[in-house]
Amino acid sequence: MMARLTGIGLLLALPAVAAVSLGDAAGRYVINESGSTIAFAIPKAGGGALTGTFGRFRGTIQINGQNIANSRVDITIFPESLRTGESRTDAFLKSDAVFDTAHEKEIHFRSNAVKRTGDSTAVVSGPLTARGRTGNESFNVELKDLAKGAISFRVTGKVLRSRYGMDVGTPIYSNTVDFDMTLAARRG
Amino acid sequence: MMRNSRQAYGLVAIVLHWLIALLIIGQLVFGTLMVRLADQRLAFELIQWHKSFGLLTLALVVIRLAWRLAGPLPSYPPTLPGWEVRSARIMHRLLYGLMLALPLSGWALVSVSVLAIPTLAFYLVLVPNLPLGVSEGAEDFWSAAHRLLGYAMMVLVSVHVAASLRHEFWLGNGLLWRMLAPRRSRFREDPSRNFAEGRSVDAAQAQRRRTR
Repeated sequence: MMARLTGIGLLLALPAVAAVSLGDAAGRYVINESGSTIAFAIPKAGGGALTGTFGRFRGTIQINGQNIANSRVDITIFPESLRTGESRTDAFLKSDAVFDTAHEKEIHFRSNAVKRTGDSTAVVSGPLTARGRTGNESFNVELKDLAKGAISFRVTGKVLRSRYGMDVGTPIYSNTVDFDMTLAARRG
Repeated sequence: MMRNSRQAYGLVAIVLHWLIALLIIGQLVFGTLMVRLADQRLAFELIQWHKSFGLLTLALVVIRLAWRLAGPLPSYPPTLPGWEVRSARIMHRLLYGLMLALPLSGWALVSVSVLAIPTLAFYLVLVPNLPLGVSEGAEDFWSAAHRLLGYAMMVLVSVHVAASLRHEFWLGNGLLWRMLAPRRSRFREDPSRNFAEGRSVDAAQAQRRRTR
């Protein structure tokens, strides 16, 4: 899920950038793992949330300078890299109750639509595949920075766990996962 | 009928007794199995049900204790030796203490756990944590306490059941029977008969049992 969010963020950023300097933004970008963060939060009954991050992911952004709607984002997240700060929670999330990382090694997002919503914002949509199930998801993307071949976006979105067979613990934990990502990429 | 008398347990006490007994035995089985499951999803869900039924047990025990303190208790059979009466009283107090301590220790465990999993009893009622400090050390302590109290409960329940069966089938004094039906628990002075009205035990047989 994180991976798809990241991809969405990149796509959205592209339309926004295009509004500012589309010629400079056009091209292929590779997501820089060290400069990016993919964070998630699952609200809990009574307040608060279970929060965590994915540490390993990869992806590319292809910005079409002539037609932003034809831009593409492709992101893969490795769920084995998730961290919550509590080892038992990590183990549970990696178990067959949630991500089943012993058998499901990747979460994949590939955009198929980019819709510009403002000067620096867009919505990126496409299929997200996790645990063998595929659902269509949309993410809000905001262009944060564009300079010298480097680009960064903030990507946010909500994903329903139940679509991917990960609804254990609802309604104690919300069925909705909130994603908040910063995606940095370099032309390449 | 509803309230206890000096001769018999009332319907309220009987229903509470068996309901709590069922819950405690079920919780002991649940608690033992749920932490040994390989299926983490099933284990998580069973733990949430264990928490729910534990809180229900605690509430029923408080009601039962209040009910017990508010009314009379049936007398022990006059044929019962003094040491057995004292043992029974100690056993009952220990059981009440454990029935309160065991779910309370589970509630404390949930409250101090660094996992901070909310308690949504029966997926309906949000139950607040006890005002205790969250730490791994506190979680280890209450986890051990809850486990040990669970083992102690297994021992006490086993002794309680064994004693009840002994009174019913070995001594034939009908003590178990009077916890089954409020109208069948009238005390009999004749030790050759049990307390259950309408039930008779052969006097010679009962005498043989006692002299074995």
